[in-house]
Amino acid sequence: MARESVWRPSASQAALRDRAQQLAFVRGFFAQRGVLEVETPVLGRFGVTDVNLDGIRAQVAVGSRTGAWLQTSPEYHMKRLLAAGCGSIYQVSRVFRNGERGRRHNPEFSMLEWYRTGFDDVALMEEVSDLVCGWLGCQRPDIIQYRDALERWADIDPFAVTDRQLMRRCEPWLEPEQLADLGRDGCLDLLMSFAVEPNLGWDKPVFITGYPASQASLARVSRSGGHETAHRFELYIDGLELCNGYWELTDPKEQRLRFEADNQLRRRSGKPEMALDEAFLAALEQGLPECSGVALGLDRLLMLKLGAQDISEVLAFPFERA
Amino acid sequence: MASYSTNEFRSGLKVLLDGDPCIILENEFVKPGKGQAFNRVKLRNLMTNRVWERTFKSGESLEAADVIDQDMEYLYTDGEFWYFMLTDGSFEQYPADARAVSDALKWLKEQDVYTVTLYNGSPLSVTPPNFVELEVVDTDPGMKGDTAQGGTKPATLSTGAVVNVPLFITIGEVLRIDTRSGEYVSRVKSS
Repeated sequence: MARESVWRPSASQAALRDRAQQLAFVRGFFAQRGVLEVETPVLGRFGVTDVNLDGIRAQVAVGSRTGAWLQTSPEYHMKRLLAAGCGSIYQVSRVFRNGERGRRHNPEFSMLEWYRTGFDDVALMEEVSDLVCGWLGCQRPDIIQYRDALERWADIDPFAVTDRQLMRRCEPWLEPEQLADLGRDGCLDLLMSFAVEPNLGWDKPVFITGYPASQASLARVSRSGGHETAHRFELYIDGLELCNGYWELTDPKEQRLRFEADNQLRRRSGKPEMALDEAFLAALEQGLPECSGVALGLDRLLMLKLGAQDISEVLAFPFERA
Repeated sequence: MASYSTNEFRSGLKVLLDGDPCIILENEFVKPGKGQAFNRVKLRNLMTNRVWERTFKSGESLEAADVIDQDMEYLYTDGEFWYFMLTDGSFEQYPADARAVSDALKWLKEQDVYTVTLYNGSPLSVTPPNFVELEVVDTDPGMKGDTAQGGTKPATLSTGAVVNVPLFITIGEVLRIDTRSGEYVSRVKSS
């Protein structure tokens, strides 16, 4: 990059104005619905256990504490507020993910996360549609089951396919030796990313829901159609993944087991294990109200609004210029 | 040898893939919010010039290819090899075979400086400078007065290259040629 251009923002003035307008729209949307805006720490004592998320460690020296993590999502702090009786809340926050940079990724990005007490996943999907369609002026989304999407675009039934068949199906993208330790969910992620996702949400937005229980993350799981599925949903527009939501798991025992399973996966893939966020687990023990929550990428929402192909077009300073 | 992990991938990086040196042309990071990350990478195989598309799991790595570009002066050929010498004063010489010299052959002039790409210390390819100056050894007689408009004719240069030149060019003149397009640029004033 030439020196004289390095100080300049990569987003146009118009995009920066649209960004401000988008924020105002979001705040107006939640004010109207009586959802409380909150702020929680970006610098947290604990990082995330999810094997596919890499936090960024911070060098902090305050009192006896010497380390911290830039948060990959405000989820645990917000759930502590929910357990404390805040009611429905939302937050616009900066979140951080190490190693993520591309046309659709920046290691630091703006996330809109909100929780609705008394909502199940279906009710929250309605509200996501209100927000997104209200801002983009798009049609209301279709809902497609994860299983149907994989069958339609990847020619496999994700619940019935054998490991062998699944690996064979991934061979257009990966060599057999690369597939050996990818695991079932890794294979499904590959097919989702390369075979399914590019086809999603072009005519109109589409929710994918009914994920396999192994991809539930922090969503509750129930049995339907003979297999366990997670009450988790994602919204896709023009082939772009926009948000991820759950009917939230409230069982502290189950949550601890999932954290421990995450750490087991981390051990197996040679990643450092993460200390469990005991404050979060204590809040769950105190009692998280029945609620659904969703995290939505605001930079991507703006990309859709402007028809941008690269996240740099909507960020004042992407990482290379930061 | 050093290796590069997927999060170090960028265009221009030279890596070993299936035993061949390759240059990364494009690198796309693909990751679902929850789930495994991948890199979709386009590479050009520097041995065959073929473009490959490969997918890598986040965290995989590729060995760095020992590929470097060096300025070298062209010395001579013995018919089998073309000999180049480093311009850094070391007088170190490198023989390049016909495959490495390839299309650069028709622009090779003794004592001119070329970019020689070395792979594990041996010439992999030779790139001429964007412009070379070569003497016309054969062309139809020049046509006096026709200096500006229209018409070209073929001219054979000292290296054997044939380029289209304006009608007024005569044998013995030195021409400036763009090696990327193989086109005549101008006459070079003889001092």
